[in-house]
Amino acid sequence: MTASRPVARQTARIATVRIAFVVIVLAAWEIVARSGWLAHDIVPSLGKIGSALWRLLAGGDFWFNLGVTAAEIGVAMVIGGICGLAVGLLLGANRFLSRAFEALLLYLGPTPKIIFFPVLIMWFGVGAGSKVAMGVVSCFFPVAIATAAGMRGIDRVLIRVGRSFRASTWQMVTRIYLPAMRRPVINGVRLGLGVALIGTLLAETKLSNRGLGYLVIQAYSLFDMPRMYALLIVLFVLAIAANVLIVRHAGVEHGLR
Amino acid sequence: MTRRLADSRWVAIAFGAACVIAAIAIVEVLVRTAVINPYIVPPPSDILKAIPRVIAEENVLHRFSQTAQEMLWAAVLLAVVGIPLGVLLYSSRLLRRAFESWVGAFAAAPVVLAYPLFLVTFGRSAMTIIAIGFAAGLAPVILTTLDGLVGTRRVLLDVGTSFRLSSRQKFFKILLPSALPSVFVGMRLGLIFAMINIVGVEFLINFGGLGQLINELAERYDLPGTYAAIAFVVLASVLFFDVTARIERHFGFGPAQ
Repeated sequence: MTASRPVARQTARIATVRIAFVVIVLAAWEIVARSGWLAHDIVPSLGKIGSALWRLLAGGDFWFNLGVTAAEIGVAMVIGGICGLAVGLLLGANRFLSRAFEALLLYLGPTPKIIFFPVLIMWFGVGAGSKVAMGVVSCFFPVAIATAAGMRGIDRVLIRVGRSFRASTWQMVTRIYLPAMRRPVINGVRLGLGVALIGTLLAETKLSNRGLGYLVIQAYSLFDMPRMYALLIVLFVLAIAANVLIVRHAGVEHGLR
Repeated sequence: MTRRLADSRWVAIAFGAACVIAAIAIVEVLVRTAVINPYIVPPPSDILKAIPRVIAEENVLHRFSQTAQEMLWAAVLLAVVGIPLGVLLYSSRLLRRAFESWVGAFAAAPVVLAYPLFLVTFGRSAMTIIAIGFAAGLAPVILTTLDGLVGTRRVLLDVGTSFRLSSRQKFFKILLPSALPSVFVGMRLGLIFAMINIVGVEFLINFGGLGQLINELAERYDLPGTYAAIAFVVLASVLFFDVTARIERHFGFGPAQ
């Protein structure tokens, strides 16, 4: 009882600081919006953004385009995730192959993937195919790198136990390798989802006639700033929520720590 | 003998390089025999031939220096803003508890998707590109600076206290040197994020250095040139990762190879 009181007080103080910060930022925003210091509507008032957010979420247009983007990212995650997992398992299990090819993965992994988009358009057309391909190229590398590293981190005792039971390759993969490297693989999937989302949406902003990326660039073209802010708020919330969900459910650590 | 060969690091690297060369040769044959459409994938030999042409005619060195300058400005901003913010979070336990998770969430946010917003605010200029590079790299710099400061050994701080060092002296003589490896790792991570986003946005808004080059060549339907430019950007990013990793190892900041 007595120990919980300081904790509760600390929690209350943290909440106060957070609320104060949010209030200050929103107040500063509203002052700038009403002051006319910046060109018309570059910083729209909170009321305008709120009403644009309401109109966006109430309209069927948004949900249709959200479905298109979600489907593209989903397919990209399945293809890129499976390919990344397979390559990661292969490189993690075989030291020779790892030495031969893993440097390629490590170097190509952090390159800006959007530069491949012109090539992907030529290969897969201007439709959903090139956006899915963009997502696949983006998410493949984190999944493959994390899986290979996770595979090498498996306790050797577990592998010896599997072999002493004469487990087949499939049984080794499904019963030993994958459960033992759950955390690094899910961390890879989390990072993969983040970059697949960015890759797909950026591709939609560059060349598309559907999807959330298209809606953002359409709002920019029409200079409908409140709608653009509303879309960006929704996108940020969705991306952060997906990240938090994976972290919470899998109990993985933050990627940067 | 075979086992010793398989264990050799250089044999593995040579095998990897031979596989890449073989894959390129196979693509060359498939394109020349029209199994792969040459209007979609140019022969790799044509891409190789296009490299000197692109370097000479497209002012690649000037574009490279433009991208490098944008990265330099982003790096300066990251150091001037990111490191002090990490120190600020360290200096107040309340602020750290209130905002550390928010900075983590910001790291997961797809900041680059807000590029139309930056376009409206800063115009189609280098400012937009630098601002996005800075925003993309900020969270890793803050978090790793904080990590480095938090990780300072208690005994060092106690020694400082026993020598009656002032807070300022403690910071510059104990905390900062102890956190330096983390700060460097954070700056490298932040710069990698910045670089990815800078080149990506150059491509998307068709402005600036290397990213714009790819966009222009693709719009001209100069296929060998587009592929050559992509290869050049990939090589430039690989060079960047390698150089920064070597610097990190040279100063003993990163993991040993």
